[in-house]
Amino acid sequence: MKKISAVLFAALTLGLSAPAFAKVNVVSTLQDFASIAESIGGNRVDAFALAKGYQDPHFVDAKPSFIVRLSRADLLVVAGLELEIGYLPPLIDQSRNDKIHAGNAGYLDASVGCDILQRPTTQVTRAMGDVHPYGNPHYWTDPENGRIIARAIARKLSELDPAGKAVYEKNLAAFETKLTEKEKEWDGKMAPYAGTKVVTFHDSWPNFAKHFKLVVAGHVEPKPGIPPSPSHTLEIINLIQAQKIPVIIVEPYFDSKTPKSIAEKTGAAMLTFYPSVGGVPEIKDYFSLFDKDIDTFVAAMKAKK
Amino acid sequence: MKRRFGSIACAALAAGIAFSSTSAAQQTPSPTPTPEPAAAEPSPTPAPAAAEPPPAPPPASPSGSSQASNYFNPSVSVIGNFLGVAGKNSVENLPNLSLRESELGLQAIVDPYARADFFLSFNGSNVDVEEGYLTFTSLPAKFLAKVGRMRVQFGKINTLHLHVLPWPDEPLPIVNLLGGEEGWIGDGVSVSHLLPMPADLFSELTLQVFRGESEGLFHAPHRSDLAYNAHYRAYGDISESSNLELGFSYGYGPNAESTQDLTRHTRLEAIDATFRWKPLQQGLYRSASLRGELYRSRRDQLDGRQTARGWFVSGEYQLAKRWYAGARVESSDRADDGSKRDTGQAVLLTFWPSEFSQLRGELRRRRYAGGINATEALLQLQFAIGAHGAHPF
Repeated sequence: MKKISAVLFAALTLGLSAPAFAKVNVVSTLQDFASIAESIGGNRVDAFALAKGYQDPHFVDAKPSFIVRLSRADLLVVAGLELEIGYLPPLIDQSRNDKIHAGNAGYLDASVGCDILQRPTTQVTRAMGDVHPYGNPHYWTDPENGRIIARAIARKLSELDPAGKAVYEKNLAAFETKLTEKEKEWDGKMAPYAGTKVVTFHDSWPNFAKHFKLVVAGHVEPKPGIPPSPSHTLEIINLIQAQKIPVIIVEPYFDSKTPKSIAEKTGAAMLTFYPSVGGVPEIKDYFSLFDKDIDTFVAAMKAKK
Repeated sequence: MKRRFGSIACAALAAGIAFSSTSAAQQTPSPTPTPEPAAAEPSPTPAPAAAEPPPAPPPASPSGSSQASNYFNPSVSVIGNFLGVAGKNSVENLPNLSLRESELGLQAIVDPYARADFFLSFNGSNVDVEEGYLTFTSLPAKFLAKVGRMRVQFGKINTLHLHVLPWPDEPLPIVNLLGGEEGWIGDGVSVSHLLPMPADLFSELTLQVFRGESEGLFHAPHRSDLAYNAHYRAYGDISESSNLELGFSYGYGPNAESTQDLTRHTRLEAIDATFRWKPLQQGLYRSASLRGELYRSRRDQLDGRQTARGWFVSGEYQLAKRWYAGARVESSDRADDGSKRDTGQAVLLTFWPSEFSQLRGELRRRRYAGGINATEALLQLQFAIGAHGAHPF
């Protein structure tokens, strides 16, 4: 036993002697954060996301291979607001990596400082379905929150890798300039549709709706996390017909059967909206995420006219 | 050095060492987000002022002066496990209706170095500390240590709490070879180490030492009687949607009947394998898993050594978001009499109304040694309140 542990120790010390040019190893739960970290960090960082952009970010398997990734991480970026509560805590505990525990230098909760909507002001219970007591965790779908996340990541990277501070600041400035430009373009495209009512499958678009001035009138799910029921589906059909709602927004990982049948019955268009980078290969960064969703929306609205 | 290390790892493997766990019921550490000063930092390029969101309001939930003293309370969860049984069984006589187990979980971070998890199991008039341990999460050199009472990392199923099993009952090899339905639980120390491997291959070695006492399995009249367990666990992603996990376990413990006895021992070995398939994009609606374990027990008794073998194979397929179908085949000799063999088959259907409740039916046939047959229907209702636990994997 002693001999084994001595050998283990030796093997470890060997493994620990990292190369001098080591990159900052960033692990994030969402591809959006990994993508922003790549924009800010350039070739000084290696970024990896646990959840893929086409996967429901609430239900990610706690695969042991993630423990290996986390054990090597210098920085962990999480969405927070209990979005990752179903898989991340045991992974962090088993990572044997003190740096990335909450409260330590290598842990970044991206929600801090962001505009978080739907923070409950009254008691919440699970009778309301899968509610998040700290507020709606799909906040990165507002590009202004993306700006805040980018700043937080830049600040954190500078803290962990002071030698790269100038690079991170320069890249952040470029990111923000581009974001400001793109926001003008997106806002311009969406302006004609301000006030448009939409139905979404899950309650994951309040931040997007707020920024682009859409009104979320209802959800295909009767309650968050509860699959569509016949009676609720009928209510939604009536709602869409009564209020002439033009589109139903559905994430790629939900079953499109019910929203499709609602669309057929009401004439509303069912749109696949990607909530994250990597949802399809063409959404390769945070900017193309909005390009894709907004183009989808605008094309559907133009087709309606 | 690398080669030597590799050969030791191999030797450990070959010796039938076993596996450690993404522990079954590990639940959430206290989830209070650490408030940081909001992003008031000046930006290099001035952002359009109008677009700047207002500063975030303070977290809604657990603040407020009246609750401040509760701030560091552990997260609490209670899981009820209600079981109804119909049919005849003269060997394992489960009650027709019973709240089989109520499990109270209390979990929190202790200090910057450790977290603590308690699982108290109430069942009828018995209260047991099913598990109660401290986990040192900040040890150097990729070590993780647990001290306290814990489910022993012997095989995969033995590490899981009853309520996260894919069946309402324990499979025969656990019942026959690990001392009964409770399985092997030990008071002691566990140290595990992440072995460096290429790519994202997960490889973990766990060594555990326990007091040599475990109901129905080990008995330790002398203070020097200890039980040991070694576990090696390897996990690899085959593709994005499928993965394979393998475990090898070796356990050793005393089973003397009294202090007068020369201490006799039981040696236990297990191999476990789990294959999972879950396409990421359709993962809410479709998934499948196939698992199996193979056990051997060699128990020294007054009448000589008894060698007993047991195994089960079980599969589960997700039919829809909330529906799962499953099947299990099992067989096990009895630890104290290797010539007696029990076998069984079961089919299952599970419905999850939400993430927090579960209704499961099992049709089970067991054929016990001596030609005793039992066909039963089990109906289980489980429900959880309190802190949101991590999903077992």
